[in-house]
Amino acid sequence: MKRAVWFLLPLAAFLVLAAFLFRGLGLNPREVPSPLIGKPAPAFERPQLHDPAKTFSPKDLAGQVWLLNVWASWCVACREEHPVLVELARQKAVPIVGLNYKDASEDAKAWLKQFGDPYMLSVVDRDGRVGIDYGVYGVPETFLIDANGVIRHKQIGPLTPEAWEKTLRPKIEALRKG
Amino acid sequence: MRTWRSLLVALFVALAPLALAQNAGKEAAPLAMDPGTAKRAVALANELRCLVCQNQTIAESNADLAQDLRRQINEQIAAGRSDREIIDYMVARYGDFVLYRPPFKAATAALWLGPFVLAAIALFVLARVVRSRRRLAEEAPLSDAERREAERLLGEKGKRK
Repeated sequence: MKRAVWFLLPLAAFLVLAAFLFRGLGLNPREVPSPLIGKPAPAFERPQLHDPAKTFSPKDLAGQVWLLNVWASWCVACREEHPVLVELARQKAVPIVGLNYKDASEDAKAWLKQFGDPYMLSVVDRDGRVGIDYGVYGVPETFLIDANGVIRHKQIGPLTPEAWEKTLRPKIEALRKG
Repeated sequence: MRTWRSLLVALFVALAPLALAQNAGKEAAPLAMDPGTAKRAVALANELRCLVCQNQTIAESNADLAQDLRRQINEQIAAGRSDREIIDYMVARYGDFVLYRPPFKAATAALWLGPFVLAAIALFVLARVVRSRRRLAEEAPLSDAERREAERLLGEKGKRK
């Protein structure tokens, strides 16, 4: 009996290790959890892309649930997610503000003309400082901000229809009810 | 054919400095700061992970974000912030992942203590196995009959010689 335990122990240890490694296979190392979830969205005030004389600040949308989508015309993955954003805008599902990250405004405007503009407005973050405050490291990124201006969720990488249906939409609905 | 190849080689050789120059432009801009401050900036950049390349520090990486973060470090040093404050600034935005040396806390306890716990278990098992073998040898000495048998066998071997 005691002998059996000693033989089973290595097997058990192996199974635990295998379980951890198997879990690791499914994790995406590119998705680093943000420490900003549950914290107030960092304040900023930046000129708007289509009207540089006007500025935008997150507090302008206080009282609403909205998305801050970080994008750039040089970002390939942004093209992938763009149709999803355009569709959300068409459905008027949620207000989306674009943060045009480290981009040339002319390129950005041409890009929106070509692919459609789903944004309520876009904000210009030419030097990427707003991006740093939001912990942006891989465009596109999308932040879900609640009525109190608290970040509730961060989508790293393209916003897929699946991510919208499974994560963002339920969260937005819950926030609107709460 | 030959001439074509040498022409191509010549072209590459001619263009190489251009490519190098372009790369050089991506290095950290030369800093107008005293050596002590520059040393601090480099030391800090060596402690922080670049989130784009993940296995490089901010000091090593040429990713855009790493350059921006080096600029942040330089500016904050110039503004008189302490190393601690600058590290906290990065952690507040990018999380503990940005640190090459993760802090000791509940979530990282297994990471820091795991190897020592495993080593302790291994030593414990080793000690037990060694002790139980020794006991086996002490507890089961040869009986008189076995001893005679052993001597007989050894003696036969001796005779054959």
